[in-house]
Amino acid sequence: MELSFISSILFATVVAGTPLIIVALGELVTEKSGVLNLGAEGIMSVGAVAAFATAHHTGSPLLGILAGMGAGMLMSLLFGISALTLMANQVASGLALSIFGVGLSAFIGKPYESIALASVTPIRIPLLNKIPLLGPSLFEQQGLVYFSWVLIAAVAWFLYRSRSGLVLRAVGESPVAAHSIGYGVVRIRYQAVLFGGAMAGIGGAFLSVFYTPMWVEGMVAGRGWIALSLVVFATWRPMRVMIGAYLFGGCMITQMFVQGSGARISIPAQFLSSLPYVATILVLVLISRNRSTIRINSPASLGQPFLPDA
Amino acid sequence: MPTQPSDMPRLAIRGIRKVYPSVVANDGIDLTVMPGEIHAVLGENGAGKSTLMKVIYGVIRPDEGEILWEGQPVTVSNPAQARALGIGMVFQHFSLFETLTVVQNVALSIPGKLELAALAKRIEEVSERYGLPVDPRRMVHALSVGERQRVEIIRCLLQNPRLLILDEPTSVLTPQAVRKLFETLRQLAAEGVSILYISHKLDEIQELCHKATVLRGGKVTGTCTPSEETPQTMARLMIGVDLPACCHGEPEDGGEVRLRIQGLSHATDDPFGTDLKDIHLEVRSGEIVGIAGVSGNGQQELLRAISGEEPLADKHAVELCGVPVGHLNPARRRGLGMCFVPEERLGRGAVPRLSLTENILLTAYRKGMLFAGLIRFGVAKRFAEECIKRFDVKCGGAHSEAKSLSGGNLQKFIVGREIMQEPKVLVLAQPTWGVDVGASSFIRQSVLDLRNSGSAVLVISEELEELFEICDRIQVIAKGSLSPSKVTSDTNVEEIGMWMSGLWPGAKTPEGASHVA
Repeated sequence: MELSFISSILFATVVAGTPLIIVALGELVTEKSGVLNLGAEGIMSVGAVAAFATAHHTGSPLLGILAGMGAGMLMSLLFGISALTLMANQVASGLALSIFGVGLSAFIGKPYESIALASVTPIRIPLLNKIPLLGPSLFEQQGLVYFSWVLIAAVAWFLYRSRSGLVLRAVGESPVAAHSIGYGVVRIRYQAVLFGGAMAGIGGAFLSVFYTPMWVEGMVAGRGWIALSLVVFATWRPMRVMIGAYLFGGCMITQMFVQGSGARISIPAQFLSSLPYVATILVLVLISRNRSTIRINSPASLGQPFLPDA
Repeated sequence: MPTQPSDMPRLAIRGIRKVYPSVVANDGIDLTVMPGEIHAVLGENGAGKSTLMKVIYGVIRPDEGEILWEGQPVTVSNPAQARALGIGMVFQHFSLFETLTVVQNVALSIPGKLELAALAKRIEEVSERYGLPVDPRRMVHALSVGERQRVEIIRCLLQNPRLLILDEPTSVLTPQAVRKLFETLRQLAAEGVSILYISHKLDEIQELCHKATVLRGGKVTGTCTPSEETPQTMARLMIGVDLPACCHGEPEDGGEVRLRIQGLSHATDDPFGTDLKDIHLEVRSGEIVGIAGVSGNGQQELLRAISGEEPLADKHAVELCGVPVGHLNPARRRGLGMCFVPEERLGRGAVPRLSLTENILLTAYRKGMLFAGLIRFGVAKRFAEECIKRFDVKCGGAHSEAKSLSGGNLQKFIVGREIMQEPKVLVLAQPTWGVDVGASSFIRQSVLDLRNSGSAVLVISEELEELFEICDRIQVIAKGSLSPSKVTSDTNVEEIGMWMSGLWPGAKTPEGASHVA
C-alpha cells in the first residue's frame, strides 16, 4: 500500500513535469540566442487547442502533436517578424503574443469544450518497467515523457558539443561580434525562436491530448510562465531545468494529494496551492546564487534587438 | 626593410565611397598595399579609417568603388569571404566572446568540423612560433586585454592570411607589450604578409610602418614614407593645422592635502571586477597626480570608491580637505567641493536625450540655479552658454541634445562644466579617450590651468603619453593595488610600463604579474 502510494506520486510528478521540461528547453534555446520570448503561455494555449482539434477529428494523437508543433511555430513566427525583422521591443511583443494566444485559443476551442478524447495507452518499456517502485512510475509513461528525456540530452549536446550550438551561444553573447566575424545573427535567432515555438506547441499538445485529455479554456493555467521562470532560475542549464520542473511537479502533486486526502489539517488550501511556486523558486535560487555562474551562463545580449550596420 | 620581388599590389582599392545618413564616412578613397609592406592608415577619430577597414573586410558594403585583390577585381560581401581570400582583421573593440574559451572563440571563425583538441594544439604551435603566449583552455573573460588581443591575432594567423588589418592595436597595451607586438608584425611582414596598421599615434607609425596613407574627413589628404617625415609634418596632414603645445607651468610644492585615500580596501560585487587592496594616495592643491594602468586593473572600482557611487564602510578611507567622506554619496561629496568626469560620456557624464542646459543642472545646480526648490533656467542657460564659449564646444546651442555632439565636443563640455564649478578636487577618468588630437590638447591645457589656479587634480588614464605630459606625480594601478608615487621628471615610460605589470619595488603580488600585461 505504502509503496504503491509513493509510486503513484512519482508517476504523477513525472507527468506534471514533462510539459514544463519541453517548453522550458525550447525557451532556453531561444534565450541562448539572445531573444526573450515571453509568449510561451499563448503559444502553449494555441498549440493545445490545435492539437486537441486535430486529434479529435483524425483520431490520431501523433497528428495532434504535429499540429500543436506547427501551430506553435506559426505563433513564434509572428513573434519573430515583430521582434527580429521589425525590431519591436521583445518584452512587449512577447506579452502581446501571450495575451493574443490565450484569447485566440479560447475562440477556436469553443466548439470543442466538453468533449473528451480517449486516453492514450502508455508505452511500456520492457524489463525496465519491472524495476520495483521506479519501474511503473518511470517506464510505463506516454511517448512524450521519453521524448522530454531525449530532448534534455539533445539540447545539452547541441549547446555544449556541437558547432551550431557554439555559434548560437556566441550570437547570444555578443551579436555585434558574431556579425563582425560573419554570422547571420537574425537568421540564427529566427531558427532559435522557431524551435522554441515548436517546443511550446508540443508542450501544449501534451496537456490537451495526453494529460487531461480534453480542452478547457484557460487549461494551460500559467504553465508557460512557470516554464519561463524555470529557465532563468535554472541559469540556462538543461539539467537544472529538469530538476526544477520535477520539483515543481512533485510539490504540485503532493499538495493535491494532501488536499484530496481529507486529512484534518488546518492549513488553508490557497496556501498549499502556492507551495509549489514558492518551493521551486526557493530551491533554484539557492542552487544558482553564485553570480559568476549566472554571468557565464546567461546570454549577455538577452532581450536586445540587433541592427547590423551595413 | 623587407621587400618582395613582386610588382603586383596585394590590395588596391579605388574610389571607395560610403555615405551614412548624417555623414560621408569615405569619399573617393584610394589605397595600395604591396606584399610584405606594413602600411599605416593614419587619421583622427571620425576620419573614416574604421569604415574603410570594415569595407575591406566585408562587414560594410561600399556605395561606390572597387577592390582589387592581387590584381583581380573582387566584391567582398561578408567577412567569411574576406577570410577565404586571405584577409584577417584584429578589431579595435575585440570581437571575442567573453563566456567562451579561447579555443571556442577561435573555432568560431574557422570553417569545418568542430575538433577542439586538435585546434588547441594548432593554437599552441602558432603562439609559440610568433611569441604570443596564451592558454587555449582559459575563458576569455579571465584574460587581460593584452592576452585578448593575442587571441585575436592568433585567430587571424591560423588562417594563413596574406593581409592582416589591425585597428588601433596599441591603445590598450603596455609599452613592453607594444614592443612585442611590433616584433611579431615585423616577423610576419618578413614572411610576405601585408599589414594595414590603423593608428593615430605618430611615433609608432614612424617606428613600424613602411608607407602611410593619411585620411581626414573621409578623404585621403596625402601619402608618405613615415621614416622621411617628422611627427609635425604628419600631424599637419592629419589634422590640417599645427599641433598646439601645452604649457605646463612650474609645479609648486607644499600645497595642503586636498584628497587623501588611506588603507582603502574594497571587495567588488561584479564577478568580473577587481578588488581594491590597501590603496594609499594623496593629492595636494596645485598638483596633478596621474594613475596609470592597463584597463581592468581596478580603475573603475577606484573611481567608484572616490566618487561615492560605491559608498564605503570606513568613512576615513577617503578624506576631502581633512573631512572623512567615505560613507557619503556622490551628491554630498560634490557639495563638499569634489567634481568628477567619468569615463563614459553618454550615460554617466551626460544624459543623452537632455539638452546641454539640463545637463548643466545635473551637477552644477549649486551655482545659484535653484530658488525655493524651483529651477532658475535663466541662470543654468547662461552657465551653459558660457561653458560652450569658454571651452569652444561646437554645437547648435545650449538647447542641443547631448547626444547630438561629437565625442570630443561633448567631452570639452563635460570637462568645462566641472571646471567652471571651481572644484577643490577634480577627478578625471580617461579625459581624452576617443577625443581627436585638437580637442585633447585643449582639454589637457584646461586641466593644467585649473591646477595652476590651486585645485587638486587626479587623472586616471590608460594613455601614458597623456600622463607624462600633464602630471606632476604618477602612480600605477595593477590587480587592484596602487604603486608608490613617482615624480614625473624622475621616471620614464620604461619604468612605469614595468610597474603596469605589477612589478614595482615591494609589490605584494608578483605571482599575478604575468597575466596583467
